[in-house]
Amino acid sequence: MSDSVTAPPGEVVVRLRDIGKTFPGVVANHDVNIDVRRGTVHAVVGENGAGKSTLMKILYGVQKPDSGTIEIGGEQVNLSSPADAIAAGVGMVFQHFMLADNLTVLENVVLGAEKLHGIGDGARRRVLELAGTYGLEVDPDVLVEELGVGARQRVEILKVLYRGAKVIILDEPTAVLVPQEVDELFDNLRELKAEGLAVLFISHKLDEVLSVADEVTVVRRGTTVDTVPAGSVTSRQLAEMMVGSELPSPATETSTVTDVVVLDVQDLTLYAPGSERRLLDGIDLTIHRGEILGIAGVEGNGQAELVEAIMGMRPGVTGRVTLGGDDLTGRSTRERREAGIGYVPEDRHRHGLLLDAPLWENRVLGHQTRRPVVKGPLVDRAGARTDTQRIVEEYDVRTPGIDTLARALSGGNQQKLIVGREMSGDPVLLIAAHPTRGVDVGAQAAIWGHIKRARRDGLAVLLISADLDELIGLSDTISVLLRGRLVRSFDPEHVTPEDLGSAMTGAAEGDNR
Amino acid sequence: MSPRTTRVVLAVGAPVLALVMAFVITSLVLLAAGDSVADVWAQILSVPGHRAIVNIINAATVYYLSAIAVAIGFRMNLFNIGVDGQYRVASFAAAVVAGEGWLPGYLNTLLAVVAAVLVGAMWAGIAGLLRVTRGVSEVISTIMLNAIATALVAYLLRKVAVDDGGNNTATKQVPEGSRVPGIQIFDDVTVKVYGFVFLAALVGFVYWFVLSKTRFGFDLRATGRSETAAVASGISVKKMIVVSMLLSGGAAGLVGLPLLFGNDYSYGSTFQSGLGFAGIAIALLGRNHPIGIALGALLFAFLDEQSNSLQIVVGVSPDIVKITQGVIVLTVVIAYEVVRRYRVRLEQRQVAAALDEPATIEEAKA
Repeated sequence: MSDSVTAPPGEVVVRLRDIGKTFPGVVANHDVNIDVRRGTVHAVVGENGAGKSTLMKILYGVQKPDSGTIEIGGEQVNLSSPADAIAAGVGMVFQHFMLADNLTVLENVVLGAEKLHGIGDGARRRVLELAGTYGLEVDPDVLVEELGVGARQRVEILKVLYRGAKVIILDEPTAVLVPQEVDELFDNLRELKAEGLAVLFISHKLDEVLSVADEVTVVRRGTTVDTVPAGSVTSRQLAEMMVGSELPSPATETSTVTDVVVLDVQDLTLYAPGSERRLLDGIDLTIHRGEILGIAGVEGNGQAELVEAIMGMRPGVTGRVTLGGDDLTGRSTRERREAGIGYVPEDRHRHGLLLDAPLWENRVLGHQTRRPVVKGPLVDRAGARTDTQRIVEEYDVRTPGIDTLARALSGGNQQKLIVGREMSGDPVLLIAAHPTRGVDVGAQAAIWGHIKRARRDGLAVLLISADLDELIGLSDTISVLLRGRLVRSFDPEHVTPEDLGSAMTGAAEGDNR
Repeated sequence: MSPRTTRVVLAVGAPVLALVMAFVITSLVLLAAGDSVADVWAQILSVPGHRAIVNIINAATVYYLSAIAVAIGFRMNLFNIGVDGQYRVASFAAAVVAGEGWLPGYLNTLLAVVAAVLVGAMWAGIAGLLRVTRGVSEVISTIMLNAIATALVAYLLRKVAVDDGGNNTATKQVPEGSRVPGIQIFDDVTVKVYGFVFLAALVGFVYWFVLSKTRFGFDLRATGRSETAAVASGISVKKMIVVSMLLSGGAAGLVGLPLLFGNDYSYGSTFQSGLGFAGIAIALLGRNHPIGIALGALLFAFLDEQSNSLQIVVGVSPDIVKITQGVIVLTVVIAYEVVRRYRVRLEQRQVAAALDEPATIEEAKA
C-alpha cells in the first residue's frame, strides 16, 4: 500500500508525463509534465481556468486522463478512483472541507478508515502519534463544529496522513485562512516536508507560494509552462509566466467610444453577510455608449459580486447605479432589465437557462414583461416561438428545433442562445460575465463577434473575464479588480503582461505586503 | 416515429408501465398472503354498476381538487403536505358560515366558498411566510399545521356544535336553499353526481390556463425549475413562494365543499379526512397535468369503490387496494424518472444528429 512510496530524500515521488484531458469541446489539459520530489513543497500556480484543478483531480483519481502516464514512487499507476490514489499514497485536502460537524476530531479522522486501526484506543494512539510527529495540534475529543477554520484544516491534513499518504495535495489552502492561520499552516507544511513527505500546493497567491514552496510549476492554458526553483524567481516574474508573454494585439477596429455615459456606478460597496469584510469596496466606474469596459482579476476578487450588485440580485449593496441618467438604486432586478440591461451570466446552467424547458420558453426568461414574448398578462407563445427561431438563425444556434430542451444543447450553443436573447429588446448595456467560458473555439469566435457588433451598435458593455486574450482583444479599457477594489486601469493597446499580471495578483509595488 | 409521436408514446407509456408494475406487486402480496389473486382482480376490475359509477365520479371530484392544490405547489417545487389540514380548517369555516345563513340562497353558498378559499389560503400562507422569513421548510411546517388543524377544528367544533339528538357532533345544517343540487345521470339509482363537479372542472381549467398561458404561470414554473435562473431573470422568489402557497391553500380550501354542499350539509366529526394525502399521490400520478390528474383521481376513486365489496364477495380486506395505491406512487415516480432520463438522452442524440448532417454536407462539398 503506502510503502510503495519509499524514495530517498530528493527523489521524484510523483512523475506526470504528457498528461492530457479533453472534455466535450474543451481541452482542459495537454502535455502536462511535473516532477514532485520527496521532502519538498511543490507549488502549482496558474490563473483560474488554467487547468490546475483538473490536473489535481487526475492525480487524485477523480478524473481519468485521456493520455499520458502517472508514476508514483517510481511505479506507473492507473488511478481510476480516489480509493486507488489513497492506496498509492496520494491524499488530497479540498478547499471546501469535508468534515462532519457533529462528530469529534477523532471520529472524523477515523470515519471511512476504520479498517486501519479500528475505532478504539488503537486509532486514538495513531492519531495522537501523527499529530505529535507532524506538529498538528488538535484535541481529538473536541467536536469539529467548535473548531475554527485553521484547526479544521489541520484535521483534514490529519485525515489524509492517517490514511497513509506520502503525497499531499492542498487545493488553495490559504483561500479560507486569515494571515496568522496561514503562518501556522506553513509551519505545518515545513514539518511535513521535514518528515519526508511531498506536498503539492495549489495557489495563485504568488507571495505565499514563494514563501513556502521549494519548486514552482506554472500552468497556463492547460499545460505546464515551466518549473523553477522558488529561490530563483520574483513574484513579478511568476506573474508574467502565468499570464504569458506573447499577448495578442488588440483588435484593430476603430474606436466607437462616445462621450455619452450609459452606466455610471458610484461608491458601490457590499459587505460579506454577517461580517465586516468588504466583498466590494467603493467601486466607481463609468461606461459610455460604444465602449467595452473589461474587468480583469483573479477569480474571487469580487467579479461575481460586482455583476450581481449592478443587476440588483444582492441585498445590502450601498452606492449608486445610474443607467442613461436613470437612477436604478434600490430597483428590482426586473426593473433593471426593463431599463435596458442585457445579462449574460457567469454560470449559464444556474443563472441563464431553464435546462428542462424548451428553447422557446428560455427565450421568455428574463423578458417576462416585454414584447414580443408576452402580450399583456399572457405569454405570447407564437411571438416567443418566432423570435426564438430568429435567434437560432441569426446567432447560429445549432439545434434540431426550438422545442428541444435547453439541456440537450452543447455549452457553446446554449451560450449563443443566451447572448441572442440578451441582445433582444434593444438593451443599452450588456453585462457579459465570462461569456466564452467552457465553449468551443467556433462558438467563442462567434460570441466575440456578437460582442463587437454590440459595441458598434452603440451598446455599453461590461465584460468580466479571466481570459486575457478576450479582455485585450475586445475591451476599450481594462480595469483590474483586486480584493473588491478597482486598483488600476489600463489601455489594452499599451498594456504589458507584467503590468496586468502584477496588478491582478497584487504583486505591484505599494500593494506588495 | 416522429419526435411528437415519441413524446406522446413516452408520456402515456410511463404511467401504464407503472400501473402494470403496481398490479404485479399487489398480486405478489396477495400470493404471499394466500389469497386468490384471480378473484380479487375479477372483483376490482369488474364493470362498475350505475351506483358505483356515480360514487366514483363523486370521489374523483374531491380527489381532483385536492390533487390540483398539491400540484400548484409542486410546479413551484414546494411540497405542500398541508392540503389535508388546509381543507379541514376551510371546510369547517365554510360550514359555519353557510350554517349561519347570513345571506339568502346561493349568495350564502358563494360566501361560504369565498370563506373556504380565504381560510385555506391563510392556513397555507403561514407556511409560506415561515419559509421566506425564517427559512422553515414548508414540508415541516405544513405537517405541523396539519396536526394543529386537527386540534383547532376539534376544539372549535365543540364551541359551535348543535345538538342533533344523535352521537354526531356537527355544525349547523346548511339551509336547504344554499345546498348545491346533484345531477341525476342514471334513472335507476337515487345517488346523484355532486353539482360541484363543475367547480372541479373549472378549477382544473383555471389551473391549466394560469400555469401554461400567463406570465404569472411562467414565473411560477420558472421558479420551480431553477430558483437561481428565476432570480437572474428578475423574479422575486420570496413573493412567488408566498403567492403560490396562498393559491395552493386556496385550492385546498375547495376540497371539502362538494361534500359539504352535496352530501353532508354540515361539518362534523365524521367529515371525510385524509383527502389531502390522496391528493399528493394523485398529483404525482397525474404529472401535475390537469388531464393527467383527472385520470389519476378517477383511477383512485375507481379502486376505492371497487374494493368496497371485496370483504363480502371474496373475503379479502379492501385495504389491499391501499397497498396498490401506495405502490402506484412509488412505481410512477420511478417510471417517470426513467422516461425523463431516456428523453434527455434521446434529445441529445437528436441534437448530435442534427449537428452532424450539415457538417457532412459541407465535407462532401469540400
